[in-house]
Amino acid sequence: MTTTAPPTGPVATNPKIRTMSRASDMPKRRGGRFPSWVPPVIVFIVILAIWYFVSYVLLDPARSFLVPAPHVIIEEAFLDPKVLGDIMGALGRSAGVALTGLAIAIVIGFVWAVAMSQARWIERSLFPYAVILQCIPILALVPLIGFWFGFDFPARVIVCVMISLFPIVSNTLFGLQSVDKGQRELFQLQKASRWTVLQKLEFPAALPAIFAGMRISAGLAVVGAIVGDFFFRRGEPGLGSLISNYQSRVQGPELFAAIIVASLFGVVVFLVFGWLGKLAVGRWYDYSK
Amino acid sequence: MTLTTEPPAETTTTELLHFSDVAMTFPNGTTALSGVDLTVKKGEFVTVVGPSGCGKSTLLRIASGLTPATAGETNVATKRIGYVFQDATLLPWRTVQANVELLAELNGIPKKKRVAEAAKAIELVGLAGFEKQLPRTLSGGMRMRASLARSLTLDPELFLFDEPFGALDEITRERLNDELIKLFTEQQFAGLFITHSVSEAVYLSTRVVVMSGRPGKIVETFDVPFAYPRDPEIRFTPEFAELAGEVSHALRKGHS
Repeated sequence: MTTTAPPTGPVATNPKIRTMSRASDMPKRRGGRFPSWVPPVIVFIVILAIWYFVSYVLLDPARSFLVPAPHVIIEEAFLDPKVLGDIMGALGRSAGVALTGLAIAIVIGFVWAVAMSQARWIERSLFPYAVILQCIPILALVPLIGFWFGFDFPARVIVCVMISLFPIVSNTLFGLQSVDKGQRELFQLQKASRWTVLQKLEFPAALPAIFAGMRISAGLAVVGAIVGDFFFRRGEPGLGSLISNYQSRVQGPELFAAIIVASLFGVVVFLVFGWLGKLAVGRWYDYSK
Repeated sequence: MTLTTEPPAETTTTELLHFSDVAMTFPNGTTALSGVDLTVKKGEFVTVVGPSGCGKSTLLRIASGLTPATAGETNVATKRIGYVFQDATLLPWRTVQANVELLAELNGIPKKKRVAEAAKAIELVGLAGFEKQLPRTLSGGMRMRASLARSLTLDPELFLFDEPFGALDEITRERLNDELIKLFTEQQFAGLFITHSVSEAVYLSTRVVVMSGRPGKIVETFDVPFAYPRDPEIRFTPEFAELAGEVSHALRKGHS
């Protein structure tokens, strides 16, 4: 078989692919020659190779603590019960902060967006502040929040809320406003109240956008929890405090371990919200559109 | 014009919709409609044909109360108005059954009653067996049927259709035309139907109204003499062709 004529490739030899044309069967960008897990694993191996190269070849042995090799991180941090215990405890506390902050952000963001969707003048008065909130350099504000609200749990949660609010507000608003005109008129013809329109039309129609926003915000809430904790050192340490401690004591492997755990936590939260969104609207909404 | 068959039997005098010198000027100054006089009585199926942008749809919006006219008088003698949009406008998160129940639900009809009414309407449009499906799994024609069923639950006395079959293929459109005629003869509503298609207009209606280009005015009205229920074969009779020809001529005249 010649490989010079791509149109007569596997698609033409397998007519089934053509006849199954549901909306969800979007044309794949490239045919999958491997199972889907293979490419990321290859990339992972490449990253590990570069990592070892930096650690052992590029860096002077005396300075290799700056980028400790992966197995060193595992041996000295993850396999050390004391260090692992510290990190897991910190993860638990940071997770509590992140999820509390996210929950509050979801409630505030939703109410904010619904209020704006009710009248143009409310939107015009409130939306600029959502944008401003998004643009404030949070790092500059964190010390202030500490002075105002103390350096404990509430202050950390406030940082989370501030950092994760905007995607919820903007996505929810976009979702509520993206309702099809004909569907709106359908409700209008039955003289449906605003509340009914919100509850039976706008809210369900906005759900895909709301979940997309929550997924972004979930990742940001994790970042917020760690940033807040990095500055507020009162009480038991979260991941931020821990990272800060390891940093000041130049504990390379421990520092990397904490950063890896923090990132994995963010990934897990992102995936969980993606899954929740699919569970809620995947029956009728196709995210790959 | 020669009358080959008798006009439809039910020509009672109940006026369900009456436009008198109705005009519509949009805030930006364009006049969509001017001096429209039109009456639709019980037992009548009136079709409006006209070039794009002549304000045909505006006429329906005025009749339904979605947009008030800027001049003239509009009288609608019933509250039971069905409105079928160009798109099926089904809610994608609701099953066919739940979509058909929607209007009854919005009107506060109790669950038990609206379930029964929806089931009846689904049966009428030939969607029985598809109740649990989501709109995304239906063809365009089936979505339109579901949309029709949804309006039927209101038991409308006046049924407004805004080019409902415009996006469908020819075969599906013809089949739905036949179903619509069946519904019209069985349910006895008054119909006001907007379309681009002259043959659809003649085939469906008791009366065809031709509108001119913007600002939309009624330029000519044709009574359609064929009896209901209509045999699909009448489309190929000389009488049908002659009438369709006259409507087309009027349409062309109004367009220039």
